[in-house]
Amino acid sequence: MIGDLITGYGFWNPLIWIIVMATGLLFAWLIWRCGESGYDKGTEQTKPYLSGNDEPPKSDVHIRGGNMYWGFTHALKGYYDKLIPLHSGVVNDYLTWFVIGVIVIFVVVMVI
Amino acid sequence: MNLLLDNLPALLIAVPLLGAFLVPVIGRFLPKIRDAWIILVSFLASLAAVITAAAVFLKGTLVYVFGAAAVSSAADSGGIPFRIIFTIDGFGAFMLLSAAIVSFAVVLYLVASQKERSGKSEFYALYLLLTAGIFGMVSTGDLFNFFVFLEINTLAGAALVSYHRKGGIAVEGAIKYLIVNTVGGLMVLFSIGLLYAQYNSLNMAFLASQMTWTTLNIVALVLFITALGMKAGAVPFHFATPDAYSVAPSGITAVMVVASQAGLYGLFRVLFTLYGGSINTVTIGWVIIILGILSMVIGVTMALPQKDIKRLLAYHAVSQTGYMLLGVGVAFAVLGDPAATAAFGQTAMEGGLFHIINHALYKGLLFLAVGAVIYRTGVWSLNKLGGLGHNMKWTMVFFLIGALAIAGIPPFNGFASKLMIYESVFAFNPALSIIAMVVSILTLASFMKVFHSVFMGPRLPEYENVKEVPKLMIAGMIILTIFVIGFGLVPDLVVDSIVSPAAAALLNQGSYITAVLGGGL
Amino acid sequence: MIANLPFIAIALLIGIAFAIILLKKNMIKMVMGIGIMESAVNLFLITIGYREEGIAPIFTSAPEGSVMVLPTVQALTLTNIVIGVAATALMISMIMIIYKKYGTINSDKMRRLKE
Repeated sequence: MIGDLITGYGFWNPLIWIIVMATGLLFAWLIWRCGESGYDKGTEQTKPYLSGNDEPPKSDVHIRGGNMYWGFTHALKGYYDKLIPLHSGVVNDYLTWFVIGVIVIFVVVMVI
Repeated sequence: MNLLLDNLPALLIAVPLLGAFLVPVIGRFLPKIRDAWIILVSFLASLAAVITAAAVFLKGTLVYVFGAAAVSSAADSGGIPFRIIFTIDGFGAFMLLSAAIVSFAVVLYLVASQKERSGKSEFYALYLLLTAGIFGMVSTGDLFNFFVFLEINTLAGAALVSYHRKGGIAVEGAIKYLIVNTVGGLMVLFSIGLLYAQYNSLNMAFLASQMTWTTLNIVALVLFITALGMKAGAVPFHFATPDAYSVAPSGITAVMVVASQAGLYGLFRVLFTLYGGSINTVTIGWVIIILGILSMVIGVTMALPQKDIKRLLAYHAVSQTGYMLLGVGVAFAVLGDPAATAAFGQTAMEGGLFHIINHALYKGLLFLAVGAVIYRTGVWSLNKLGGLGHNMKWTMVFFLIGALAIAGIPPFNGFASKLMIYESVFAFNPALSIIAMVVSILTLASFMKVFHSVFMGPRLPEYENVKEVPKLMIAGMIILTIFVIGFGLVPDLVVDSIVSPAAAALLNQGSYITAVLGGGL
Repeated sequence: MIANLPFIAIALLIGIAFAIILLKKNMIKMVMGIGIMESAVNLFLITIGYREEGIAPIFTSAPEGSVMVLPTVQALTLTNIVIGVAATALMISMIMIIYKKYGTINSDKMRRLKE
């Protein structure tokens, strides 16, 4: 069939995928249409409701990039504590890794 | 017209080189037409590359001998070809195509984004030199020539990285890149000398026909793997890559990705064409696979906690290089086993190679989109950006497409190549495939972070007046987007027409040798 | 033994060059180390092209049956010298800018880009 990408085990056809997704979206749209439209722009309704408190300034609401995946890096602290210092920024270390790589690969290739 | 068509491989180098040296002259006397000149030269160079690639895909390997009476007769002088020779087979043509697309798209972008900067003539001259270096590396059939283009590539790249000094920090990144790659380049030259000492030739096809498994050849191979791996940015030789990528002008970084992939091209060319079946492919294949796995895992885990937006993308470039090494490494490990090659080796190879062009396209797009953000805001830190989706809708769309493609979400091109790698590598060793999938998930996670913290969220007061970028920058991004989406929608056509010939060219060492030396040797 | 002397010299030079590049923190000295490595590679190229009793490889008016040294490697060496000059000049000029902006040429101190 046109668009079949044979991957060894099966195939991937983006056209079928798009047709399926489009059908799904069509159903979603049909269901959405059945809903009741009670949304009015520019009224009290659209304002965020935070238990009656005032809305904080916009710059405080946004979650900054540095705060994301804090948990992930914290959970892998042992790994990151070892990994990050390796990227020391000293160009001598970079070349040391090159020499180590040459020696290790050479030994591996010669021994095996 | 026929004269031009016959000499296309020479034009590949001549057009960007001549164009580069004329840029300062034109910039001095006719500064008004400089931008038009750059676009014209880059367009002609890309056109020459595309036509050459098309000729190779239609007619088979193209052999071009400089200075010979008949351009295709390489095996003169008693069977040992000594002339400078260009041998463009399927793989070279494939790389030419990816370099041509990205370099032209980036020129459009640069013309707009560099408008306010000074010293533009030399900047574009270096840019065209870099293009010439990349084109030369992927089309030459002569090892020393390869080294010369590698050095042109490194020098022009380092000079471009340091072009806008940013208080010295860009120069710091550039000098690290330059020192590391100069040492690597000298090691490449040393191993070329080792091969020349034994076989008295620099011609890759001739060397390939003579290659045996000796200690000297192993030393040369190891130096090739490490030095070209360093150019490509494979862990543990990747350290200078993020340093250089994160400080380079954004458009340049997109081309640097292609430039480092030319190093990857050299690595695969040396492995498959030069050494081929004459060595212990299982061990070397596993060395490449392990380099690939390390690149994937360390690249993506280093990318996750980054706070500098371009440095994050640079670590992803390291991580994606791992996929290519993994796919091609698997194919190399089973090279000696025709049944396994037919079953999954070839698919792994096609997946790895397809990922090269896909990565050049979507990573180029991502760097351009991020460059657009930096161009308008001047801010690099993810901690300070936010809410830009309100003002930069086009950039947001382009970034989203690039991010989905790199994370392997259908129907973009990254998914097609990653699927090929997963399924074929699974047949080789399921654990490797699982690692690759986990890395892909982490990639998606880290791009969620970038997308959220740059484009999502409420409109921030400090970015109230940010405008969309100029049209020419958008045009550059559109070209890459069209290819990202197009390659994702018809992956079978792309694989059949350009990736399969590339994989076949690498897997079939004999055809390369015959194309250059003729059947007689 | 005496024929192997150049190769021993090459090995020593490359070893010295790597020792300088890996151990010296002064960037200028690192560039000098790269220069030594370049010379070592050049010496290597010239040595592999050398033939006993060889004459200059000029075909016109060469005596019958004479051995010539290989011309290709000499061309390679010339090219590599030119490339080396370009690389060294670029590195030195970058170090100048680093010194202006950072006030140091110590590679330990030159690490605003890390992690």
